[in-house]
Amino acid sequence: MNAAIQIAVDAMSLGGLYALTALGIGLIFSVMRLANFAHAELVTCAAYALFALSGQPLVMAFSGAIVVAVALAVVTERIAFRPLRRADPTTMMIASFTVSMLIQKLLVFTLGSRPKSLDPVPMLSQAVSIGPTQVSLLKLVTIAVCAVLLLALTLFLKRTSFGLQMRAAAENFTMAQLTGVRANAVIVVAFALSGGLAAVVALLFAAQSGFVQPRLGVPLMITAFVATVIGGMGSLPGAVIGGLLVGVVTTLLQAYLPPDLRPFREAFLFALVILALLVRPNGLFPARGLKERI
Amino acid sequence: MMRDLILRAAPLLALVALIVAISLLAGMADTVTTRRVILCLVNVVCVVGLYIFMGNSGVLNFSSVGFMAIGAYVAALLTMPAGPKGMFLPDLPVWLAATELPALAGPFLGALFCAIVALAVGLPIMRLSGIAAAIATFSLMFICYIVLGNWTSMTGGQISLMGLKSYVGLWTACAFAVGAVAVAFAYQETRWALALRASREDAVAARASGIRVARLRLGAFVLGAAVCGAGGALYGHFQGTLRVESFYLDPTFLLVTMLVVGGMRSLTGAVVGCLAISLLTEVLRLVEVGIPLPGTGAVVMVAPGFGDVVLAALMLLILLFRPNGITGGREILGNLAGSGHRHDQV
Repeated sequence: MNAAIQIAVDAMSLGGLYALTALGIGLIFSVMRLANFAHAELVTCAAYALFALSGQPLVMAFSGAIVVAVALAVVTERIAFRPLRRADPTTMMIASFTVSMLIQKLLVFTLGSRPKSLDPVPMLSQAVSIGPTQVSLLKLVTIAVCAVLLLALTLFLKRTSFGLQMRAAAENFTMAQLTGVRANAVIVVAFALSGGLAAVVALLFAAQSGFVQPRLGVPLMITAFVATVIGGMGSLPGAVIGGLLVGVVTTLLQAYLPPDLRPFREAFLFALVILALLVRPNGLFPARGLKERI
Repeated sequence: MMRDLILRAAPLLALVALIVAISLLAGMADTVTTRRVILCLVNVVCVVGLYIFMGNSGVLNFSSVGFMAIGAYVAALLTMPAGPKGMFLPDLPVWLAATELPALAGPFLGALFCAIVALAVGLPIMRLSGIAAAIATFSLMFICYIVLGNWTSMTGGQISLMGLKSYVGLWTACAFAVGAVAVAFAYQETRWALALRASREDAVAARASGIRVARLRLGAFVLGAAVCGAGGALYGHFQGTLRVESFYLDPTFLLVTMLVVGGMRSLTGAVVGCLAISLLTEVLRLVEVGIPLPGTGAVVMVAPGFGDVVLAALMLLILLFRPNGITGGREILGNLAGSGHRHDQV
């Protein structure tokens, strides 16, 4: 019982982080078919903003992080991705690699590659007890924040006119444009939202890891990217469920693999990924409109 | 007839001439530059290996570095002298610990082993397309990295494996680069490659014309993996030491970027992309050290780390201004032969 609660909290908090990151990647993919690897740097730069503002009150520091991540997302869209909107997806993906590399190298060049320690929300670094079990408050807050954000985003997408336009664009971009959806506006808003999500992820992730370095976001982005593909590239509920699933499976593998196989746990995770793709090549929840009509 | 054949092989001859010319030039340069050129030629082998599958099938492939790693470790384990092998890897099976093959057997056996592995894993994976294929091959690379990095009795795990025979000099690397280009060219002139390129342009139409896409992809995947395996073996024996870390994300992205920057739809693109990025890297490294301007006392110099920034920015600029790569997917001298042999883009 004790261990079960612990594992459940670990799984949900990790899965929540992956889900938020996957959602940031999925938003962009659904409106412009871009697998944005530079999402990692949105998280990293937001974490550096938190580091730079670490003396300030949390609200200040967090607003700073949001501004940085949103600005960066919108600027990369304008400079790198808009000119390539008609290029093939491979070129766009590689362009996002180079953007990611450019920002990483800029960070190394200006701030150095050494990890810098930060503790954006010190009040969360205590444990609370659920019954007999000690659980990290930070992890509980992570779960709560993820749940609230997912709810808010769902409401935005389902209940606002802009959300409707975004869903229309995700389903069939050309058709949406023909019915009067402004393509540039939708894409910019998608990038801004993905930047905002990255800032939240940066706050939660930096609070867990306690440091920031130029490659902070990379492993998170890779796992989340895998999650969006498993969930169904282009489907937003798919991204969330894929993220949660990967978090849960990772935690379970960590907890229940025999000790001598534990170093190989990520190999098991990725073998499961391949397996999942073989069974459902378009993901668990294939997005409508992704399949080309002939 | 003879004339036709030469015209048809013109791209190959031009690329071979380019590689040999670079090697000749490098032979006259100082040791450091020569080493850079050797590394570049080893990279040519790997990028060409990547091109064989990715260029002809149009399917993204992130697994080539994984096959490089497999090739490198297979070659190292089979050709290492017994002394260092016993020291670094005391837990090897007896037969493997006693094996010490001639050094040149390394790349070929590494390639063979990679081909077998690629056949086994490719059989299911080649049914995937698009982003699912990208993630599946990425997962393959990751699995290679994790397994090799933790299989301590076989690979030494996280510690470096030292004492590999270092026989890879300029002309060995040149010969293998030429060989890889020749293999890739010979392959892309076959009807299987033509059919595969047809499936790249329109998968549904190709299938409707009776092309077995998954099977053709598997062939290209196996051949490409073998070439990458040989490249990995060369890399290991060029460095003299092996670390699993050198077969992870950075080289994965670098190889794919080289191919895409050059133009992933042509063999010329693979070679040119590799050469261009290697040259840029080298120039920027020199600028970081400081280049004295002749005639003046001034030295052009930038702060360390700035070269990497410029390199990334230049790669992005190339993609922005030439989304189909430097070569735009065309072969050098590719229009000499009749229109049937052009690798047009659609």
